[in-house]
Amino acid sequence: MAVQLDDAADKAAPRTGKGDAPPGRRGGRGAGSSGTPTAPAGRTASAPAGRAASAPARRTPYLLLLPALLATAVFLGWPMVRNLLLSFQNLNMKELIQHLTDWRGTGNYQEILGSEQFWRVTSRTVVFTAVNVVLIMVLGVLIGLLLARLGTTVRLVLSAALVLAWAMPVIAATTVFQWLFDSRYGVVNWVLDRLGWHSMAHYDWVGSQLSTFFVITVLIVWQSLPFVALNLYAATTTIPKELYEAARMDGAGTWKVFTSVTFPFLKPFFLATTFLEIIWVFKAFPQIFAINQGGPDRLTETLPIYAFTEGVGNLHFGMGAAISLLTIVVLLAMTAYYLRLTFKQEQQEENGL
Amino acid sequence: MKRAAFPTAGRIWPNAVAAVLTLGFVFPVYWMFNTAFKPTRDILSEDPVWFPFHGTLEHFATAVNAPNFWTLAGNSVLVTVLAVGLSLVIALCGAFALTRMRFKGRKGILLTFMVAQMAPWEVMVISIYLIVRDADLLNSLVPLTFFYMLMVLPFTLLTLRGYVAAVPKELEESAMVDGCSRRQAFLKVVFPLLAPGLMATSLFGFITAWNEFPLVLVLNKEPAMGTLPLWLSQFQTAFGDDWGATMAAASIFAVPVLVLFLFLQRKAVGGLTSGAVKG
Repeated sequence: MAVQLDDAADKAAPRTGKGDAPPGRRGGRGAGSSGTPTAPAGRTASAPAGRAASAPARRTPYLLLLPALLATAVFLGWPMVRNLLLSFQNLNMKELIQHLTDWRGTGNYQEILGSEQFWRVTSRTVVFTAVNVVLIMVLGVLIGLLLARLGTTVRLVLSAALVLAWAMPVIAATTVFQWLFDSRYGVVNWVLDRLGWHSMAHYDWVGSQLSTFFVITVLIVWQSLPFVALNLYAATTTIPKELYEAARMDGAGTWKVFTSVTFPFLKPFFLATTFLEIIWVFKAFPQIFAINQGGPDRLTETLPIYAFTEGVGNLHFGMGAAISLLTIVVLLAMTAYYLRLTFKQEQQEENGL
Repeated sequence: MKRAAFPTAGRIWPNAVAAVLTLGFVFPVYWMFNTAFKPTRDILSEDPVWFPFHGTLEHFATAVNAPNFWTLAGNSVLVTVLAVGLSLVIALCGAFALTRMRFKGRKGILLTFMVAQMAPWEVMVISIYLIVRDADLLNSLVPLTFFYMLMVLPFTLLTLRGYVAAVPKELEESAMVDGCSRRQAFLKVVFPLLAPGLMATSLFGFITAWNEFPLVLVLNKEPAMGTLPLWLSQFQTAFGDDWGATMAAASIFAVPVLVLFLFLQRKAVGGLTSGAVKG
């Protein structure tokens, strides 16, 4: 496996993140395990249909694509439309049981946008996402650069460790972190106690908002770093050595080399990965939910959890749908930006760049 | 940096940091297995027992004998395999059309799948719940299978495109010159070359579906109709603070994925290049 890790890295390099992750890895990434190290090099055969194609032959591509498009419309398109419709309805316990459809206009939105709770959750989500993404990107890049400097053996050992963490299923990892941070017998508290911080000996990590977020952040960062670090390392191997040599000749130090060679060369990679991470963290669900169901006192609810609790938990489906629609709009905006980055690159590759 | 003058001294810091990092990434996984194999008195001890010297399988027995374990494991396998299988067939047709044919709307379709790949499923559970409820299919594996299929479909399709493109068109054409129909050429020549790619892609799909949590949480509340992630997330509540059994349950759930993922490192790379003809 050792050698392959390196190979995978090389091949993954040029394609910054496009399709690099199956959706929802950690449930995030996790999917956890979220992610593919390698997307096959996309050398697209592009023989234009030069000869006059018969009518049935012209239909062939559409027929071949029909099942995929149909499935997407039914299982993704329809829920989206339904979500939109729901967000304009008054749908609670009573309406649900009696199968009533009660249109409410923009009532749900007015109520939500006027509620303090929504804005609290929104700003919490933004801060939570920002903290996680900054940590993931900074540490991920540092680890990636470290990988590039290590000798072969040490690099392979560290890569293997990263792959192991990457592969860990989200819910399994979440359960393990609950155990690591257990108040009575958890290893973390034991270590802190040994290090002299005795008040932490039986600390209840999920008892307060900040400490719960701390555990969730450690978990998410732990799960996300391998993706960034391994891909960054792979990407650095594509930078021509001459660039580094030239920079060193000009007397550039480590930092200067990074800002003048590595960063500009990998800018598309940084952009794409950052956006991917923002999207993933923003919609992170399993980690937050499984650690403490958004508690204590709903204080660690981010937008996806908030929509879930309001909608499915408290049976205010219309309100929940409106919250999730607002969340989806935010996510779509970021996705659009991300896709603009990757689609452009995709087209360049297809045009035989 | 004095790397040039002291090649070994320059390596000490990076190596030390690498060692700490390796420990940090491995430890949670190690601790899961360690706890799963330790007797309870070693788990509930004042000082952690770092190595499972008194190995025991009792926690695995507890986990496996928990109510519904085998049913849920069966559900997980069934749903995952069906979802991945279906999406593989559908995606292969689509990927073939997108790579080998030029037609109107190709770019738009491509973009559709790229958007679909980023679909925020976690935030769509409310409407999906109501759709499934209206169809009277709550606590059934059928909707789960179809939604999982769609969760992995865009990724599968987009990835397979690369594999299809890597099979030289000439191979197919020469088969057609030799008298194969286009379908035969595909089935007899292209398909065998695609097998490793199909394998790798489907394994990633498998991991995604196997790990899925929010949807099953909402749709299948009945204890016997869940999947393993749901079971694991509720295990600790059900078994109190039996961390040994909980970690054994987590291990049982995680091992297939860990093994697949390691295996995949090889497959994902080998798949492309083991073809017969060099471009």
